[in-house]
Amino acid sequence: MLRYLTKRLMLLVGIVFVISVGSFYLIHLLPGNPATVILGFGATPEAKAILYKQLGLSKPIYLQYFVWLGNILHGNLGVSFISQTTVSSVIRSALPIDGEIIILSQIMAFAAAIPTAMRSARKPDGIIDRVLGATSFTLLSIPPYILIVVLVLFISIKLGVSGTGPSAYVSLGTDWITNLESLSLPAFTLATVSFVVYYRILRSDLIATLQEEFITMARSKGISQRRIMWCHAFRPSSVALLGAASVNIGSLLAAGFVVQYLLQIPGLGYTLILAINESDFLVVQGIVLTVSVLVVAINFFFDFVINMVDPRISRE
Amino acid sequence: MSSFSLEEAELMVEKSEKGEPLGLFFWICVFWIGLNVFGAIFANVLPLPNPLNENFNAINVGPGLHHLFGTDDLGRDIFSRIVYGSRVSITVGIGAILIGFGVGAPLGMLAAYRRGRFDSFLTTIMYVLLAFPAIIATIAVLSFWTPRSLFKIIVVIGVASIPLVYRVIRTATLSVATKDYVIAAKVQGATDRRILMKELLPNIAPIAVSFFLIGVATVITLEGALAFLGLSVNPPTPSWGNMINEARTVLTQNVWLAFFPSLALCLFLIALNFIGDRIRSHFDVTEVKL
Repeated sequence: MLRYLTKRLMLLVGIVFVISVGSFYLIHLLPGNPATVILGFGATPEAKAILYKQLGLSKPIYLQYFVWLGNILHGNLGVSFISQTTVSSVIRSALPIDGEIIILSQIMAFAAAIPTAMRSARKPDGIIDRVLGATSFTLLSIPPYILIVVLVLFISIKLGVSGTGPSAYVSLGTDWITNLESLSLPAFTLATVSFVVYYRILRSDLIATLQEEFITMARSKGISQRRIMWCHAFRPSSVALLGAASVNIGSLLAAGFVVQYLLQIPGLGYTLILAINESDFLVVQGIVLTVSVLVVAINFFFDFVINMVDPRISRE
Repeated sequence: MSSFSLEEAELMVEKSEKGEPLGLFFWICVFWIGLNVFGAIFANVLPLPNPLNENFNAINVGPGLHHLFGTDDLGRDIFSRIVYGSRVSITVGIGAILIGFGVGAPLGMLAAYRRGRFDSFLTTIMYVLLAFPAIIATIAVLSFWTPRSLFKIIVVIGVASIPLVYRVIRTATLSVATKDYVIAAKVQGATDRRILMKELLPNIAPIAVSFFLIGVATVITLEGALAFLGLSVNPPTPSWGNMINEARTVLTQNVWLAFFPSLALCLFLIALNFIGDRIRSHFDVTEVKL
């Protein structure tokens, strides 16, 4: 277990290194002199001096990386040249919104996927399983940006439910009920996206687990169907579910970007797109770096949890 | 794919049912994809109004005889824009996955066949690359690498798909490479080239084709998301994604503008995913038929 974790940790360090080099190099993909592109032609010498210090632009490129990395490690991601606030404060105010949407959506997705998958797995190819299978397959082909548009059209515009439409966002600190209302459609969209994946994976894994000998053994002892499902079959199958959740997190964040963009919710996604359109490149770079590292860290955490659930994995 | 990660496409390939007949719906899907591709290729030959022609006398017209799907807020014909828009989606989808397969598939086959240091070296690199969330990397690169063009979008998504294609093909080849007939061929003195092309390739083909199709669907979804965020080809060039994006601002006045491109996109994705799923289960001979 310890050896496995050290190995994973070393890999994590390697991955974070690659991410940092990639995020650093982004600035150099800009056409022309980075300082001119980022600041525009009418920049003051003072602003230029700050940017040169931040990015180490006067040095050769490999030294620039270390200057930049040194700043990052001190929590200094630079200053937004549009809003004149630090990039780290921009991220700190936006990130919790993404976190809230994702946590809400995951609660909904698990709450829906686990019972339905169990229902399907109890009678594979039965009527309920077929209907759920066809539904999930269709949902699989509906991208989140279409789902959210349809939801907004019907719920906010046709039915006129207040507080769910574009730019209706209210922060959690102001009023938590209105906050939940404004995040309900985004969370529901992300929940649907996750539900489909979780349902399909848990269903096929449960079907496989239910054919194992220890389940037959439990049945022969007269243990109830419900108890077998929850106590005997669910734990080994939940490994696949956790793995799917871990893989899902990157695309979930991206789906979150899309729904935020439509509803103008000031999370990371909306901030990112605004920054891209305003050519505020340090904000873009900061968000990319934060999100990438976060995704990798979450994946690592899930690996750890999966290990706790199924210790056989680390021995392989 | 409802979400845009190729990782989930991979999970789908691995977790589908086995040994089912193709069925009527399969051929309907094939017909639908064929029709879309035909429309995309021959869009300028077909009797369609110019998708860029603005007509301010017919703004936000509903579906009717004159304009089959109606017109948008600038009086452009929606049907024509959808047909032309399919060009962008289909080109990006096929182009990017071709890059992914062009690099990832040969490497994956070789690694699984040779094993040893070559395999573990490549696999570690691909593992590190896979950990990088591809969609975020794509958004990042496309936002800095300006001006954006169709070619750049294809390259970025294509490169991002390489590690995943590598992993799928490597896993598929591994399960075949240890089979008796491969060992028999080796004992008979068959060349590596012959074994790779004649013994391994035909046996991983169903999985490869299936992953190819589902991959194309995933990339089209991804391109749609990029277009929705304004990071794909620039307007006025129509694409399904940027049509939905444009409809976003006039959602209350003209529902059709959002409805038709969404429908076109969803039907295309359902058909592709279904074909991919069925091909894989139909040609899978590992468990049921042997």
